[in-house]
Amino acid sequence: MQYVTLKKERFDDFISRLAQDKKVVAPVAQDNNAYAFEPVTSGRQIAKDYIPTILPPKKYFMPQYETLATFNIGNGQQMEPVVEYERMILFGVRTCDLAGIQCLNMVFSERPKDHNYLVRKSKIIIIGYECNDYCDEYASCRLVHNHTPNGGYDLFFTDLGDKFIVHINTQAGDEIIEKTKLFEEANEKDLKALEALREKKRKIFANEVPVVHENIPQVFEKSYNSNIWEDLGKKCLSCGNCTNVCPTCYCFDVIDEPNLDLKTGKRYRRWDSCQSETFAKVAGGESFREERAARQRHRYYRKFKYPVDKFARLFCTGCGRCSRTCMAKINLKETVTALVAEQGLTDKKAGKE
Amino acid sequence: MTLKRVILKDSEYEIKRARILRTKQMTETEKYFEIQLPGGESLDHEPGQFVEVSLLGIGEAPISISSSPTKRGSFELVVRDVGKFTGQGGRLTGALHKLEAGDEVGIRGPFGKGFPVRILEGNDLLFVAAGLGVVPLRSLINYVIDNRRDFGKVTILLGCRTPQNMLFADEVNEWNKRLDVNLNCTVDKADPEWKGNVGLITSLIPGVTLEPERTFGVVVGPPIMYKFVIKELLKKQIPERQILLSLERHMKCGLGKCGHCQINDVYCCQDGPVFSYDKTKNFPEAV
Repeated sequence: MQYVTLKKERFDDFISRLAQDKKVVAPVAQDNNAYAFEPVTSGRQIAKDYIPTILPPKKYFMPQYETLATFNIGNGQQMEPVVEYERMILFGVRTCDLAGIQCLNMVFSERPKDHNYLVRKSKIIIIGYECNDYCDEYASCRLVHNHTPNGGYDLFFTDLGDKFIVHINTQAGDEIIEKTKLFEEANEKDLKALEALREKKRKIFANEVPVVHENIPQVFEKSYNSNIWEDLGKKCLSCGNCTNVCPTCYCFDVIDEPNLDLKTGKRYRRWDSCQSETFAKVAGGESFREERAARQRHRYYRKFKYPVDKFARLFCTGCGRCSRTCMAKINLKETVTALVAEQGLTDKKAGKE
Repeated sequence: MTLKRVILKDSEYEIKRARILRTKQMTETEKYFEIQLPGGESLDHEPGQFVEVSLLGIGEAPISISSSPTKRGSFELVVRDVGKFTGQGGRLTGALHKLEAGDEVGIRGPFGKGFPVRILEGNDLLFVAAGLGVVPLRSLINYVIDNRRDFGKVTILLGCRTPQNMLFADEVNEWNKRLDVNLNCTVDKADPEWKGNVGLITSLIPGVTLEPERTFGVVVGPPIMYKFVIKELLKKQIPERQILLSLERHMKCGLGKCGHCQINDVYCCQDGPVFSYDKTKNFPEAV
């Protein structure tokens, strides 16, 4: 384990130096207590205290619009597959979003591999950032064990008051430390302070849903025919906000866009949503998830059940974005709490040390 | 520090430029295509698999392979003009219907898990196809006929709306003439010349004599049909794992990623489209 520290007065310099030879993106404050990952050139642009950004950093790994191929049909079906990428450093990725990127990595590395994703991923350096306290009441990171770092970064920053303590996780991370020349070796006191902070966090981050973590898959195994899905279906507007902002939703559509010459053009993919009525429709007109209740259930099962069976991992990162953005006030914490209660698995002491 | 775009050599989205060798308008809404890959390369598919067919600038859609892998050098598809048939959508299939011999289409695949031919060997086969179901099922029927000695008793039950809608009528006629194939057809609506049965496909099943332990029921048809046919096959005591279904979903990417074809936790494009009933009965979203 390698730790260094950065004095806060040097933070601005750090970001400026990074931005000299690479694009740096970090959370920047928007209107209405909202934040977004945007390019920055100085530390002063970066939000100090921010709730999860409107869109998760998945937008850099799997852009909303991405060209898969260019084509020219002037002389038959001629296409050239392409990948679009940008070298960049992502600064300020919270532990929930680090987990989200890890989920996407699993999905797109699974055979048949998605080389567009994998190429892009290899060009991005990730600098994580610890949450010392809850962002807001929507988060459920403790429930899914994402309130502390579980890897997935090159460097990881933790705020210790007058300085940051930084965990160096990879060679790429170490090269940044060497190149920027602003860091000092962490001393015994710094490491103690980090330990104390993590200890304090164990008290701050309490289980947001009263259930034993290991029982979550069991709850979903039994809840398929629950009436709670009907309740959600009655509220849901099928707008797809929840899937757009989810760090682990990756469904997409593939679309052709001819240029005005009607010969050349591109084939691209764009985010799609299982919440739209036409998502599971086939050519004959049958729709396999016609009801909103079934589509909401599908969304929850793609977070709490199916990936557990396939990847041995929950795909809910606890970021709270789906609840924060829902116009119909469908709340993930409330939904899971209700499902847990229905299965008689409520445990008020769960997750409390 | 800008967005770079480079050629991706190992992209799963790369298409092969395939040439149409022959077409035939089979019905008002169904058209047949014989297609050859560049240099006569083999498609190397299993019966029951599908390909993604592209017309650049218009789009791409999953289409069942209708020919048996025993037919070499080219493969066959049957495409329904969706816009004409349902009155909505179907831009790609409409454009495909305008193509003739000599034109090019883009091909990706084959994709998915087809019929488990090795497991079927030595067993009796009961094929049940309704509507367009005969198109993918034909890849297996012709495979079985070309390797006839390796299989037991073969029974084919076909159903379609009217005698005019019958696909591959000449070939069905050939199957019917064979002494090693039992064939029975039914139509929803007959015309004066029709000598076969009238009624739903399910009405043909009770009349079939079979040995359930050594029979595989292979079912392909419109989504609505499955639960009724499965019920009849179960009544015949065919074991659940010996009932094979090919399920229709929108297999957009074919790579188990885009999510459109997902049935509970399986991707129809990678884990299917062929499933045995003992599996699908545990997927509430399957049939």
